[in-house]
Amino acid sequence: MQPDLTQAAPEAMLSVRGLKKVYQTDGGDIEAVRNLTFDLRAGELACLVGPSGSGKTTLLKCISGLMAPTEGEVLLDGKRVTGPPKKMAVVFQEYGRSLFPWMRVRDNVELPLKNQGMPKAERDRLVDEALEAVGLSGVPRSYPWQLSGGMQQRVAIARAIAYQPEVLLMDEPFAAVDAQTRADLEDLIRVVWKKLGVTVLFVTHDIDESVYLGERVIILSSSPTVIQEDIVIDLPAGRDQLNTRSLPRFTELRHHVYEQIQLAKRGHRPAASSAAQTPTTPTSTASTFGPA
Amino acid sequence: MSSQAPTAGGAGPSAERHHRRVRKAPTKQLLGVAGILGFLVTWELISRLGIIDERYLPPASEVIAALVADFGLTAFWVSVGETMKAWFLGLLIAVVAAVLLGFIIGSSNFLRKATNSTVEFLRPIPSVALIPLAVLLFGVKIESSLLLIVYASFWQVLIQVLYGVADVDMVANNTAKTYGLGRMARIRYVVFPTALPYLMTGVRLAGAVALVLAITAELVIGSPGLGREIALAQSGGAISGMYALVLATGLIGVVINMLMRFIEKKTLAWHSSVRSEVVV
Amino acid sequence: MKVLKTLGYLLGLPVLLILLWWSSTLGAVNFFVPTPATLVSKFGEVWFGERFFTDVLPSIGRLLVGVVAAIVIGVVGGVLIGSIKWLRALLEPTLEFFRAIPPPVLVPVLMLLMGITDSMKVVVIISGCVWPVLLNTIEGVRAVDPVLSDSSHTYGIDGWARVRYLVLPSASPQIMAGVRQSMSLGLILMVISEMFASSAGLGFTIVQFQRSFAIPEMWSGIVVLGLLGVGMSFIFQWAERNILRWYHGQKEVENAA
Repeated sequence: MQPDLTQAAPEAMLSVRGLKKVYQTDGGDIEAVRNLTFDLRAGELACLVGPSGSGKTTLLKCISGLMAPTEGEVLLDGKRVTGPPKKMAVVFQEYGRSLFPWMRVRDNVELPLKNQGMPKAERDRLVDEALEAVGLSGVPRSYPWQLSGGMQQRVAIARAIAYQPEVLLMDEPFAAVDAQTRADLEDLIRVVWKKLGVTVLFVTHDIDESVYLGERVIILSSSPTVIQEDIVIDLPAGRDQLNTRSLPRFTELRHHVYEQIQLAKRGHRPAASSAAQTPTTPTSTASTFGPA
Repeated sequence: MSSQAPTAGGAGPSAERHHRRVRKAPTKQLLGVAGILGFLVTWELISRLGIIDERYLPPASEVIAALVADFGLTAFWVSVGETMKAWFLGLLIAVVAAVLLGFIIGSSNFLRKATNSTVEFLRPIPSVALIPLAVLLFGVKIESSLLLIVYASFWQVLIQVLYGVADVDMVANNTAKTYGLGRMARIRYVVFPTALPYLMTGVRLAGAVALVLAITAELVIGSPGLGREIALAQSGGAISGMYALVLATGLIGVVINMLMRFIEKKTLAWHSSVRSEVVV
Repeated sequence: MKVLKTLGYLLGLPVLLILLWWSSTLGAVNFFVPTPATLVSKFGEVWFGERFFTDVLPSIGRLLVGVVAAIVIGVVGGVLIGSIKWLRALLEPTLEFFRAIPPPVLVPVLMLLMGITDSMKVVVIISGCVWPVLLNTIEGVRAVDPVLSDSSHTYGIDGWARVRYLVLPSASPQIMAGVRQSMSLGLILMVISEMFASSAGLGFTIVQFQRSFAIPEMWSGIVVLGLLGVGMSFIFQWAERNILRWYHGQKEVENAA
């Protein structure tokens, strides 16, 4: 069963259309992203993987409105993104540098709400809920730098949750934490996503992580970036670190993504790169793809 | 980073950095020059239009002409030489004394603790408080300048050396010990390299302070140098000449800053990657 | 026991030095060096009478007004210049030049422009103290972490909120470093402006004592200036500890790692 996704589907929460980003330098133009088109339905959890240097960060900056694309556009709930939109929250990889070191944990989470002029009572409730959701109810009086890396990233996630976004962007958020913490945080993201019904775009370079987390994995080619492949992850919804990862289907999908990325690294590019692609469900490894 | 076509490795962010560095540099310098010119034109206009009386603020062109004329005078260069001599000697004495004391105090826990209160008390005493004493003891001789310069610069360097010696990595020090390095050898190979960046910061700060005190001594006490010439020009009504000398002191300050940064860079070329940004 | 030890470290050397001074003045009387007892009695006599109100307080007042004004101007200007790229490129070389001018030469210049007045002395202090704060603020504003800046943008923290919650706190370590330089510079300029051109104030009085060879009185004046410097340093350190608690804490954690 394939989801029905055509050009600019009306139910798309986040829509990236023909996005292109060229950096201009004296040594000539550098094309970081060539032509990207994809849609995220409301409530979808999609992972974006690609070889290092595939313009993931550039793409994310364009989507979050921090950077203007050279061509194409990003639509959030049908409206064009020109600056950081209110309905979007971003969690960065560098947790140590995305929290305000001069504010306590609670103030960090509260600040964006305070800045919106939200009444104190409502603010308090949202902050409490968010801290509770990420398992940090015990440390609101600490400063971020007093916490471990994983805990700091939890604070950043709590801040994003409290902001009540419709779209949550995550830029390799767990790349800098240790493996055990990482597994915990991955599960946390699944839980939060299910509970809040928020649309999540999760950028990572970790293949296992993308398959384990995502309902869908978008594989990027190497730079200049286009979409290499867009696949549906048909693993059961209730995932856990031990069982899901030992499913044969998990291994199959992992293989598939891995091989696609190896192809991308070698410079292979998909034939139809300009049109919006429809997520496909790979049936088994190594036989269904290759130069199409 | 050359201009060749991008490879896959990190094209996005690095390209952005590349872009900033290459393209903006000349524009930035042009803007800086424009800023200086703008300032000079504003000054010229303020004076020419009589917003401030020309007798008190001569136009920029006149002052610059006076400065250029100064450049041809032996007397001007003698004054510059006097100021620089006091600056250099004072700084030298202060640095040598501070380095010696700093390493002695810093390498002993007991001395460090015992001297802490005294250092913290003496350090904030403004060196200009010593002006009357300098006058009593030395009159208008260069020693007056030196007393003020040495006192002010000494603390800047001492404090930095103490920070630096305290920053020595215990692991490095213990490693050196296990390889049988003696006390002197450890100071030479472990303590000194660690403290060097701090020392250079101290010398740079002290260099700026030393110039302030050199000029102060000349201005207030009347020891020979540019500061005294400024005071004389002012009381003698040679207003353009006074402004020209003020500009000259500014130029000397700029040159000293550049010199200090250059020396710091040269000495620490090997160190820059290790050294974290220290706010001083 | 521990308290005694701390006290010993705190007072040991100062007491030793004072004893040394005292014993050296026991024998032949040195014209330049008063005995500790004379100095203490002169100190009270000279500075805690009428002079406290006519010379000490006005000097301190000018110093405070000058330094506070310089900090305000420096921070406001620095945030403005630091946030606007072209403005910074335009002004930075000129400002660097102004910073390089030794501030004491401003005394004769401002004397000429403003005459010998109280406001001239305050302006001397402001125009000398503003540069370290201004340039350090520019530097601090420029160095705001790009990730933190992006985070703020994505959460819609812009305009004044950005200055208040992001730019100022982030630049505060540099700003405080500038303030420290300004405070010691301010004290120097206060004294010089009074020594060079005045008929009242701490600097003037001390020079008067020296000219009339009132040596113990002169020394007591030096002690007053010293105490003033120490007092300002304590106030600064107290303020710095409170404002930059997060910064020192963070540095400690980073260094321990």
